[in-house]
Amino acid sequence: MAEYQNIFTQVQVQGAPEMGLDDTGGRLMGERSGKAGFSTLIGWLGNAQLGPINLGMLGVVSLITGTLWFVIIGFNMLAQVGWSIPEFLRQGFWLALEPPGPEHGLSMPPLNDGGWYIISSFFLLVAVLAWWARSYQLAASHKMGKHVFWAFGSAIWLFLVLGLFRPVLMGSWSEAVPYGIFPHLDWTTAFSIRYGNLYYNPFHCLSIVFLYGSVLLFAMHGATILAVTRFGGDRELEQIYDRGTASERAALFWRWTMGFNATMEGIHRWAWWFAVLTPITGGIGILLTGTVVDNWFIWAQEHNFAPMYDGSYGYEDYGSYEAFIGQED
Amino acid sequence: MFPKWFDKWNRENPKEIYGPAIAIGVVGGAVFLAAALVAGGQPYATDSLQTGPRGTGMSVPEFTVDLAAPDPDIEVFLASTSSPIVPGDDAETADEARENVPPGLEDLTVENYDRLLAAMREWTGIPDLFEDPANYQSSVGYLMIGMTQTINDEWAGHVNANKEVGVTCYTCHRGQPVPENVWFRISPVNDSVEGWAANQNRVTMQSQYTSLPSDALEKYLLDGEDIAVHDLESRVAGRPGDEDYASIQATERTYSLMNYVSNSLGVNCLFCHNSRAFYSASGQITPQWATATLGIEMVLELNNTYLAPLDGILPEHRLGPVYADAPKAACATCHNGYQQPLQGTNVIKDWPELASTAEPDYGN
Repeated sequence: MAEYQNIFTQVQVQGAPEMGLDDTGGRLMGERSGKAGFSTLIGWLGNAQLGPINLGMLGVVSLITGTLWFVIIGFNMLAQVGWSIPEFLRQGFWLALEPPGPEHGLSMPPLNDGGWYIISSFFLLVAVLAWWARSYQLAASHKMGKHVFWAFGSAIWLFLVLGLFRPVLMGSWSEAVPYGIFPHLDWTTAFSIRYGNLYYNPFHCLSIVFLYGSVLLFAMHGATILAVTRFGGDRELEQIYDRGTASERAALFWRWTMGFNATMEGIHRWAWWFAVLTPITGGIGILLTGTVVDNWFIWAQEHNFAPMYDGSYGYEDYGSYEAFIGQED
Repeated sequence: MFPKWFDKWNRENPKEIYGPAIAIGVVGGAVFLAAALVAGGQPYATDSLQTGPRGTGMSVPEFTVDLAAPDPDIEVFLASTSSPIVPGDDAETADEARENVPPGLEDLTVENYDRLLAAMREWTGIPDLFEDPANYQSSVGYLMIGMTQTINDEWAGHVNANKEVGVTCYTCHRGQPVPENVWFRISPVNDSVEGWAANQNRVTMQSQYTSLPSDALEKYLLDGEDIAVHDLESRVAGRPGDEDYASIQATERTYSLMNYVSNSLGVNCLFCHNSRAFYSASGQITPQWATATLGIEMVLELNNTYLAPLDGILPEHRLGPVYADAPKAACATCHNGYQQPLQGTNVIKDWPELASTAEPDYGN
């Protein structure tokens, strides 16, 4: 079945584009861009057909505001290196559009001291929320469940905690994350250092559990389905409707391996919840940091899950510097 | 080429040979590599210095090849040093026998003065040092002798924290008129912006080539601002913008300084800090943390009392590129990548003249 060919096989079918169904009496078809083409390149990665796309008004708004956000950052970076393109390219990973300093609180700062950051963040907010609403709209058009909408919403929750909810609770935009490749990583490490080691934040722990759990589940599920593709297991919907040998084998494999197996439907709930809980728990952890708890290590000691280590600190009790460098006289 | 029966047999018995050949090659290569590793040992072997209790992962790792090679500067220093000459009762003083003796050294015996002057010329790479009192190098040199004596006299808590090592001109200069690891003020580094956006996110020596703030050395080692950003209780009042509330940006600046310190000493965070929290109120920090804190205090005094004021004496080409400020010191200026400068060589034992602002103690 050519529809199922992807990166793992080499067959590409390119013919008359499949324009998709429309059970709304032409409304869905009317909103789609009329053209579709084929790309051998994207055919290596997935379906070779490119388009049609149903962008819609929300999609247009999202692309425009998202582009504004992106371009504001770019021009701010360019201004910071004196409008020198070579310097812009050379220092690109270092440059950033920074939030305002702490002295500005939640007020609108001057443009060159975080003002552009606030403006661009507003555009990013509109872009992300419009795209989010669009994922609802398209799902509704197809009479689908809203699972993608809610899953995207969990990521947006973390995004809003970082850039909106927590800065507001802290009373300062200076707590927001800068827009830059290395600078946003600096923010991440500084956030953990400032608030006493985020690894002792239990919600950070949970987020890691779900993140690593998602990876594990994804690998298990992907591997299982690929392993039963030869029996038609990659046609998951058909397998759910009419359980065949592929589904049975996949289930038996795991039951005999670990005594328990997810079902053909249930595995997708496992995956969805693990993925969704990663940013939800992470967002809770971030929101509590600096607002409710200011030093997670000390908090963990108070709650008896950061143990005390008896023993000496400093190398003197374990060896000498002279012995280490081999210059003992 | 081959006999007919051989070609015929091959034709009739086709055999896939490339697959097995590759498999045998891969397995054989792996076995060879494993055997080489077992027999020859780890080619990049490391050794580590444990700095905290077991289970905390606290240690400073180094490549054994690096550990085996001593700091090459030690040899250079040892070649330049000489034992002091215990003065006799009626020894001639430098003041009587020599011209242009730097102030404070007049009362040295002429033998010890000559010895010291030769060594100082070698250490600083200035062959005619103190020959012309009108030369700016003489004026700077007078101050630097006082600075060296003060470090040995008053900052033993840092300099001699482990054992007597002291400092001489060579500890910083390493044979060059301007020590290699000095720094200048450069912030703000970005155009068209104000505030925190202006002092970070550029590749500079001061930021250790990270995107962290480039003004950490200036703020902490010249202006003496607060370095600590931790709260010492799990919950504290305060919000960003308050006087004593450390912001994310201030934390990045601290982190920039800490990157500088760790690169200057060739150590990691765990040389001074707990692996679980950079500072904990329950005292789970190493003695090295206290030594480093004293070092920061020392550098503050050196920069503010001795080095920053040199901008009035030094010629233009010795001053900083942005603010024409004097070159300043920090950790790397002495440490030069080692935990202890010159790997803990006692440089002061031959030089009582530099060990104190008081009269030299020759043990007589």
